Amino acid sequence: MKKQIPLIITFIAGMAMIIQYFIPHRPFSDIQQLFNTWFLIITVFAMILGLGNLLKLHTRRLQRRPSGWWYSIVLLIGFAIMFIAGMVWGIERGTPFDYLFWNVHLPMSSMMFALLAFFVASASYRAFRARTPEATLLLVSAILVMIGRVPLGNYIWDKLPLLGDWIMSYPNMAGQRAIMIGIALGVISTSLRIILGIERTYLVGK
Amino acid sequence: MNIIERLEKIDRRIIFILILLAVIIPLLLPIGFKIKVSEPVRIFYETIEELQPGSIVLISSEYDPSTMPEVYPMNQALARHCFAKNLKIIGMGLWPQGIPLNQASMEQAAEEYGKEYGVDYVNLGYKAGGIVVISAVSENIPTTFPQDYAGRSVEEFEVMEGVKNFDNIDLIVSLSAGDPGVRQWIMIAQGRYGKKVSGGVTAVSAPAFYPYLHAGQLRGLIGGMKGAAEYETLIKKSGTASRGMDAQSIAHGLIVLFIVLANVFFIIGKRKKA
Repeated sequence: MKKQIPLIITFIAGMAMIIQYFIPHRPFSDIQQLFNTWFLIITVFAMILGLGNLLKLHTRRLQRRPSGWWYSIVLLIGFAIMFIAGMVWGIERGTPFDYLFWNVHLPMSSMMFALLAFFVASASYRAFRARTPEATLLLVSAILVMIGRVPLGNYIWDKLPLLGDWIMSYPNMAGQRAIMIGIALGVISTSLRIILGIERTYLVGK
Repeated sequence: MNIIERLEKIDRRIIFILILLAVIIPLLLPIGFKIKVSEPVRIFYETIEELQPGSIVLISSEYDPSTMPEVYPMNQALARHCFAKNLKIIGMGLWPQGIPLNQASMEQAAEEYGKEYGVDYVNLGYKAGGIVVISAVSENIPTTFPQDYAGRSVEEFEVMEGVKNFDNIDLIVSLSAGDPGVRQWIMIAQGRYGKKVSGGVTAVSAPAFYPYLHAGQLRGLIGGMKGAAEYETLIKKSGTASRGMDAQSIAHGLIVLFIVLANVFFIIGKRKKA
């Protein structure tokens, strides 16, 4: 029964979702709404579970004191401050939570991402080499798009932006379509395998 | 070690300093490069222009502070454009950190155009669940978001009067830096309900949306800071994206120069070895 019941639930839920997508009328539209509500409730509980797990992991790190354990203190204090600020004063504009978001979280988060610019520049100098014909093609395309898509390209040669746009609109799009079609076929086949009970890896241990 | 080998193995701190200068100098001393508007951004702008005053635009913010330099200027320009055209905005988000950013954009634009919260715009906040939230919103917005981002009942807001589901939304704009984002809005709102969907994304993810754009499933696309600068040019309101274009141009130029030089040294080195 431990195997059959989950398989039946998966089959019914999967088929109901497929049918409601193509027939968005009663009773299938009601089923969709019901499933949506259930999903949203489960998602919130999953988030709570994730938070609990995060806190447990970092509390354990504090007890065991492996290398870099002090980062866990930062995480726990940061979590506690934001949690208390949000719960006590709310998250509206002008509240402590909002202040911390704009003046602590935002600059730190932006700074981490901005560092990428330096590493991209360094990596492009050290690793982007025309070693093979394919790599050369990629390199030339990258240069044309990089320069063609900033105003500087227009000053170098007024056809450069057009060339950049052409690369984006044709070779890029053809590649993207191929990837998307491949992914879609993969998703369909995997979903069908799960719904029909062929793929049972989610039943691990049963 | 000869000169070519030395140049090939240049200290990366020199590269870091050059990039720093390439970004800082144009920000302090603007060059004022002219910004040329691309077709995807023009379509985005025209889609907004086609809407009648009083139409409702749903802006979904799916980005966070790390991608703020690229997406936030789009959010600001979009809010300004909507209020300038007397359109109503319903804000929401599938990423929690996008909510205060969207709120700040709308508040700033509202102040400039004399618009009022609850009457001309509202922020419904964040709901966990990604694509399922879109599906739930498509059927019933007030049930999915009974309260706004600050916990006030949505029933008390004038802008929400008569807004039940996608039938009452004229345009959906997703400003996203990943998943869930524009792709999911296209899948549900456009694919299933035939709603008009426009998008603003980071430069690195823009290429992935060209198939949707060319298929007509996406009504315009703003890609990265360059796209945001183009949009600012179209609405005639210069913002942070336009100001950042000089720095981005020089930084791109420098990186391309690095790539070219590194390959020249690489080829010379290879020939010498041969």
